[in-house]
Amino acid sequence: MSRNRTFLAIGLAVALVIAGIFSYFASSSPDGLEYTAEDTGFLDSARNSATAGSPLADYGVSGVGNEWLSVGLSGIIGVLIVLLIATLLTGLLKRGRTSESADHSTSSADSSSSA
Amino acid sequence: MHVPDGFLTAPVSVATGAVAAGGVALAIRGARKELDEKTAPMAGLVAAFIFAVQMMNFPVGAGTSGHLMGGVLAAILVGPYTGALCVTVVLIVQGLLFADGGLTALGTNIVLISLVTTFGGWAIFRVLIRALPKSRVGLLTSGGIAAFLSVPLAALVFVLLYLLGGAVDIDVGALTATMLGVHVLVGIGEALITVAVVGAVVSARPDLVYGARHLTPELTLRTGQKESAS
Repeated sequence: MSRNRTFLAIGLAVALVIAGIFSYFASSSPDGLEYTAEDTGFLDSARNSATAGSPLADYGVSGVGNEWLSVGLSGIIGVLIVLLIATLLTGLLKRGRTSESADHSTSSADSSSSA
Repeated sequence: MHVPDGFLTAPVSVATGAVAAGGVALAIRGARKELDEKTAPMAGLVAAFIFAVQMMNFPVGAGTSGHLMGGVLAAILVGPYTGALCVTVVLIVQGLLFADGGLTALGTNIVLISLVTTFGGWAIFRVLIRALPKSRVGLLTSGGIAAFLSVPLAALVFVLLYLLGGAVDIDVGALTATMLGVHVLVGIGEALITVAVVGAVVSARPDLVYGARHLTPELTLRTGQKESAS
């Protein structure tokens, strides 16, 4: 179990370094879809998202002047939020499965499909 | 390839929203079977990692960039259903908090970036992994090719959606050619990142890689019927 913890801690550290530090150096050119949209003439149909006013909109923290800090901080916040939600969701599903399989433990026929 | 609001008409966005909801429901059902002591702790990390790497746009040719989608990476690490949920969580957080990808386009983005790449890529991976040698090289080759193909596949599905209900009348041939051309290049980046990450994890902890379970005999022995899933 502690081996798992070590692995998860290293993985999270890598994710935080990528989102918190390296992300600043990401290419700011339009992505493939944006490029295509401009090239073929439908880029102007894009509308601002309803969440465009979010304090984290466009991977920056509103109010933080330093560009590097703003991007990095937004990345770290994002990584932690995604980690939290995905961990809670999968934990919940796993627990649901465990109790469900306990309920159906008398009929083991349905477990044959789990391979 | 996060689709903003406005590119697709409302009916198409509603339809992709329904498909996304159905796909996520399917993924939730499937993930219950995939999630165990190995995959459950990994799932949160995989989602967080994909969010981080999606921030790293890499240049592809003149004036264009791309970033990891992560569907195949997630599927290989934690299984296709759990993987689809991981990418979906990333997309929801990006859409709601980071204004990356539109809100009415959230269903479209879940279909393209999560469902198509994860399930489409996993199907390709499954075919390759059976054809290639049961080794790490076979695993990484299968993963790399599946990751590469998953990107133009998603681009192609976007073109189909645009044909069904694009906001503006445009030249379909040009759309298809440009969209595919650019995303073949993005796919190369997708393949490189997927191979690098799966390679690193499989070197350190092969037991934590869902797609490498056929390489770890003690796990396949548990059911005693390796090919029963087909």
